[in-house]
Amino acid sequence: MQYHCLVYFDPQEVFNDSPESNAVLDEIGPHAAKLKASGQLVMAQPLNLPREAITVRVRDGKMSTTDGPFMETKEILGGLVLIEARDLNEAVRIAAGMPHAKLGAIEIRPVIDFTKPRPKL
Amino acid sequence: MSPASAHGALESVYRTEARRVLATLIRLLGSFDAAEEALHEAFAAAAEQWPREGVPENPYAWLVSAGRFKIVDRWRQESRLAGVLPELAMLVEPTPEPDMPEHIQDDELRLIFTCCHPALAPDARVALTLREVGGLTTEEIARAYLTPAPTIAQRIVRAKARIRDLAIPYEVPSRTELPARLESALHVIYLIFNEGYAATEGPSLTRGDLCVEAIRLGRLMVDLLDEPEPLGLLALMLLHEARLSARVDAAGDLVLLEDQDRSLWNRGQIAEALALIERARASRRIGSYTLQAAIVGVHAEAPSFHETNWVKIVSLYDALCRVDLSPVTALNRAVALGMCHGHAVGLAAIEAVMAQGELDRYHLAHAARADMQQHLGLTEAAKASYQRALVLARQPAERRLLQARMQRLASGLSNCESARPVY
Repeated sequence: MQYHCLVYFDPQEVFNDSPESNAVLDEIGPHAAKLKASGQLVMAQPLNLPREAITVRVRDGKMSTTDGPFMETKEILGGLVLIEARDLNEAVRIAAGMPHAKLGAIEIRPVIDFTKPRPKL
Repeated sequence: MSPASAHGALESVYRTEARRVLATLIRLLGSFDAAEEALHEAFAAAAEQWPREGVPENPYAWLVSAGRFKIVDRWRQESRLAGVLPELAMLVEPTPEPDMPEHIQDDELRLIFTCCHPALAPDARVALTLREVGGLTTEEIARAYLTPAPTIAQRIVRAKARIRDLAIPYEVPSRTELPARLESALHVIYLIFNEGYAATEGPSLTRGDLCVEAIRLGRLMVDLLDEPEPLGLLALMLLHEARLSARVDAAGDLVLLEDQDRSLWNRGQIAEALALIERARASRRIGSYTLQAAIVGVHAEAPSFHETNWVKIVSLYDALCRVDLSPVTALNRAVALGMCHGHAVGLAAIEAVMAQGELDRYHLAHAARADMQQHLGLTEAAKASYQRALVLARQPAERRLLQARMQRLASGLSNCESARPVY
């Protein structure tokens, strides 16, 4: 099964140039390489800061845009990591091994499998 | 070896060996998470090497060695990077050959006892056993128990943390500890079986894979422990399972014991169970599972419902009530008493049990009372009891059965079925 790991953090705590956060940031590359080699990393994509974002809507055929992210929060979506895991607990174990988990929080979202019925609300 | 056949071999080795390899790795590495990672690494290495080099003679030993080597190697690198003291690094030096258990199953048995440790919450024991010993995924367990997957995942994460924090040893308990630990392990296995046999909720009445897994675990306990109660539990599960196909009809409706087509029962499996009961009885330490199995055994041996040896069943229930005085046991004894000495005696016995109050919300108690009342011509009382049973029953097939019986009562037809608990 594939799971998306949504990495959330407060940029003030991550990009503060402290030796502690820099050490964690330096771990990310080698860790991703190891995960890739073991076949558990499908894709990893760090995202630029929300101030670089622009949000698009179309209503009645008219497009409008707003500066910034869809939601303004202190903790931002900083990256996406798509992993392959046997089940949810394996996804938890893999996410717990990600350096990002030490700086922010990782939300694990199972990717929808279209061979199964749609999820009910 | 062609890549396709190597791939096929790997898949089949995964199905048969992954659980055992994991169990051994947990012992060797002392950690669930490290073992799970090692298992993944071992199969990744196999996927790479087996197409080239062929499937090793002993895939289990190969996978254990490969997985252990990868993790220990990683630990050595990490301890070197972190500048850990050399003594610490020594701890993770690999020995040339990881020690293999004398019986591969020994590690699975150790794992059952760890997963069923009484210090863990009961629902966590079930989830952990199904995932770590049974090899089910978190999502499969969640579906079987109609619980959201994140809830099950958290139970498993917390249980593992507790095992680590309490340093629960990974071993078959000592003689003095064994009775209490065995009881918990057998209870977990029976819970798994029951969930498969009589799903409490949800559209389908049985979940065969849970039954199969529980029986596998029961056999493992019997093979490796010289104790009578695992024999009793295995016999009990085999007896229930032998009659599974007769318990539900083509429309998915429940068929009560007295209406079941006994030619559908698996006679070979019943014979195996009866032999297990004899072995357990020979030990002269007869516990509650053996007694329950003996009761079901009497039903399984009877050529028809009316030729059932009710006297023997009542005396077995008397013995069971002495070791396990649960209200449900008392209810079943009361029903058997009614079969033995007539419906008036049965109704009085059921009323006495229900007066204790603990079975107020148990639908089968109200259904059993309704059955006795109906046979005695107490139509209004029977109707009220069925109504109460229907309010409490959650399983759709059980509800359909109760509704059918109420309709029959209203139409004044004589009842050839009964709402006796399905043994």
